[in-house]
This record gives sequence, C-alpha cells and structure tokens, in this order.
Amino acid sequence: MDNIDENKLTKRKKRTQNISFFILGFLGYTVLFILVVILGFIVVKGFSAISWDFLTKMPEEGMTKGGIFPAIIGTLYLVLGSILFAFPVGVLAAIYMNEYVKDGIIKKVIKQMTNNLSGIPSIVFGLFGMSLFVNKLGFGDSILAGSLTLGLLVLPVIIRTTEEALKSVDDTFRHASIGLGASKWQTTKNVVLPIAFPNIITGLILSVGRVSGETAPILFTVAAYFLPKLPHSIFDQAMALPYHLYVISTSGTNIEESRPIAYGTALVLVMIVLITNLLANALRKYFSKKVKMN
Amino acid sequence: MHKLESKNVNVYYGASQALKDINITIDNNTVTALIGPSGCGKSTYLRLFNRMNDLIDNIKIDGEVLIDGKNIYEKGANVDSLRKNTGMVFQKPNPFPKSIFENVAYGLKVNGISDNKIIEERVETSIKQVALWDEVKDKLKKSAFELSGGQQQRLCIARALAIQPSIILMDEPTSALDPISTSKVEELIYELKSKYTIVIVTHNMQQAARVSDHTAFFYLGELVEYNATKELFTNPKVERTQNYITGRFG
Repeated sequence: MDNIDENKLTKRKKRTQNISFFILGFLGYTVLFILVVILGFIVVKGFSAISWDFLTKMPEEGMTKGGIFPAIIGTLYLVLGSILFAFPVGVLAAIYMNEYVKDGIIKKVIKQMTNNLSGIPSIVFGLFGMSLFVNKLGFGDSILAGSLTLGLLVLPVIIRTTEEALKSVDDTFRHASIGLGASKWQTTKNVVLPIAFPNIITGLILSVGRVSGETAPILFTVAAYFLPKLPHSIFDQAMALPYHLYVISTSGTNIEESRPIAYGTALVLVMIVLITNLLANALRKYFSKKVKMN
Repeated sequence: MHKLESKNVNVYYGASQALKDINITIDNNTVTALIGPSGCGKSTYLRLFNRMNDLIDNIKIDGEVLIDGKNIYEKGANVDSLRKNTGMVFQKPNPFPKSIFENVAYGLKVNGISDNKIIEERVETSIKQVALWDEVKDKLKKSAFELSGGQQQRLCIARALAIQPSIILMDEPTSALDPISTSKVEELIYELKSKYTIVIVTHNMQQAARVSDHTAFFYLGELVEYNATKELFTNPKVERTQNYITGRFG
C-alpha cells in the first residue's frame, strides 16, 4: 500500500516538475528569441549602410547620402558630459545617504523623492532642462545644457545602484576600520568604497545605456536637426544618434531614400551601447579583482 | 586605580533596556571573560569600552565608563584616540580586502603614521606577536583572503595590536574557528596578557575557564555574578550562575 502511494507521489511530483520546467524554459527562450529578432533585424537592415565613409563623413544631400559622423561624436560627447556630471554627484549623494544620514523621516523623504525622480517621463526632463539650462542660465541649445539634462535623468539610477552597492558591504568591515580609530570618511574612502566599487560601476553601465538612447531630453536642449560640422565647445549645438534617427525617419527630405541610413544609424547606436557596456564590464571585473588582490 | 571600570551603567536601545546598573572593575594585565546566553547584553557591555555602541541609532547610555580613571563618555572625550587605545577583534575574521601587509598597516595609516620604515617595523612586530610571521612573511603582498580562517583571525589580532593599544576587546573571537585555530588563539590570549588588558566575550564556557582570570555572568541585561574565574566556576554564589555553567539553561 505504502509503496504504491509513494510511487504515485513521485510520479506526480516529476510531472509537475517537468511542466514547470517547460513553461519556465519556454518563457526564457521566448525573451531570448525576441531579443535576437530585434538585434538581427537591425543588423540585417543596417549592415549594408555601414561603411568607413558612413562612420566618418558628414551627412550629404538632405541626409539621404553621406555619413553620420557628427551624430556619433555628439552622442559620445553627451554620454561623457552627462556621466561627468551625474556620476560624482550621484555617488557622493548615495554615500551621504547611506553612510551619514541616520534612519528617520528625512532619509525616507529623500529616498522617496529619488524614486519619484526616476519615474518622471523623460520629456518632462527635457522641458525642465530647456527652461533652466537653456533659457534661465543662458547656456542656449548646447552640449552643456543637454549633458546636464541627461545627467539629471540618470542621477536617480546612479544614486540607487550606488546605495545598493554600499548597503551590500558588510558592516563588520566598517566596524573593524572604525575600531582602529579611523574616521567615518577614512572608513568610507579606504574600505567601503573599494569594496562597493565594482557594483557602483553597474550603475554607470546602466546610465551610459540610458543616456545614449534618450531622445526626449535632448530635443529642446542640444540636438540639431542638421549640423554638418563638429561642435567646437560645450556651448555648441550637436547632432545625436537617437535624434538623428528620429529626424531621418519622420521629417527628413526624403524618408524612403534615407531608410538604409536610419537602420545604419540604429545599428551604430546599438553597437555604441554594446561596446560601452563591454568596456564597463571589463572595468568592473578589473576593480573586483583589484579589491581581492590588494 | 583600576584599568577599566563601569559605574552604574545603564544602556537603552530605544525603549528596551539592554544593560541594568552594571558595576565592574577590571585590573591591568588581566583577562576578563563575559559570559551569558544570547541577548544578555555581554556584547553591548564590551562595546562600551571603545564606544562602538555610538554607531547604533537610538541608543542611550547612562552612568560612567572609566579607562585609567577617566570617563570616556565625558563631553569632549576624544573617541578616535580612545579607539586607538582599544584594539577590537570580532566574531568573524574580517580582514579588509587588501594585502596582508596593508591590513596590518591600515590602522597606522589612518592614524597619521606615514613613515614607511616605522610602518614596516610595526607590521612585522605585530605579525610576529600573533605567531603568524613564518606563515606569511613571503606573501605579505598577497590578499588576506588567501589565508585560512584561523590565520585571518590572527591577522585581525595583529591588525589590532599594530596601533599599540593597551586594551584588547574580543567579541567571540573563536566562534567561527576550528578547534586547532581556537587553541592557537587561546594560547595567544594567554601570552598577550602580560602586555595588555583583555576583555573577551565568549559563548564557550570551557574557553572562559581556560583563558580568563575573572568572569562576569550576564543575564537579561543584569550582571548576575562577577568573580575570579576559578571561584565562579567551582563555587558559584548565585543559583542562576550554577545552572548556566552546568548547562541547565542557555
């Protein structure tokens, strides 16, 4: 009796297990499939447009010919500028929040605000950037205004990931350092930050991806419809890949003819994000190794 | 004058009282064991002496804690130099993710010593003091994580010794170690006694009996009994102590 029951039970368990494995596996592969299809689509459609000239030349003949060099450079400048602004500010803010502020209402309010900030639509950031940086502070449509706007957009991302990274550092390291007579700042700088750094880099990776792809915040703050020269200073306007993509797919001089260029632009954008991610990943690996070896 | 002393010390975590009116005196060059079941307040008491409790939000401390006759909770007391004078060893070996050398040098560097010669000298002396030198002298540049748990804990003790404290506070220093490493640390405690005043929190009654001169038994935030270790273990005055050390509760 007992034996038969056991066998049945085992069988039923196995069946449930198989079904759930199948469903989980199916869903997992579906996601992968969608990703591959999107990437494949862009690569297939865009690959023919890619050439040395495409990457290094100015747009020509109403953006139906020529290259996208100024847009690539513009996007790189914007990524660099926004990270230069947002990374130090975000990391320092997170350090303050996690290491210095005691638990209480103020901390809760700041946290909630940070969360809310990340929920604001990016077009609103664009409007805000326009009224503050472009008009009020008089930066005009410029790389500076665009970078600051994009920086504000990713600030919550950097603060959140840095906070998580700091939180994951075991308190016992802090106590050991403070127990030796180190100050809070010495402890943070010499012990906590090096341990948290690899994870802080994750926030950087996420921000780079976000910044290079955003269109709305740069719409009113920096992006030029057509500007066949490179920016000379941070007060110049610039072209940028996502906006260029938008322009040549919706309001170019000849949308049909510039279709391959649009896909090529998309491919370059995806590649830039991919390459920066790989670079940042290598950076993260390097730092986690350094933490262990040093 | 006693090396350490607490006078009518009360500690509160928010509304709950963690220590009730504790009076203890501890003499120079002795080992004092703090025993008692989990949550009895023995770790809280240990952390009074280097003010590590200050790191906890909502804590309130009443009474006087004296080191060399000076109240360390006095207004304007220098907490950093207090901590320099009290090396602490923790429950789990917690070397920094730095090299073996840098781990021991860290306390010196944060306290403003930058002369490499002095640092190298002190690092060597401290590691020799914990009998780890022969095992690590050829790999000082290697990560401290490459050492075994027992070696790591001795390294942490060396790290505490490097800043030349006069007091060593140990919070269950062997609870994560195997028996052989444990006996090495115990031997070390015995040797260090001649130079330092040691207070050790332990869950292990045999350990308290082996290493300490005096033992304090805490229960629910109260000091139940405080006496010479031999006396407390062979002839406890309070029934609750008797029950605890014979393992009837805990």
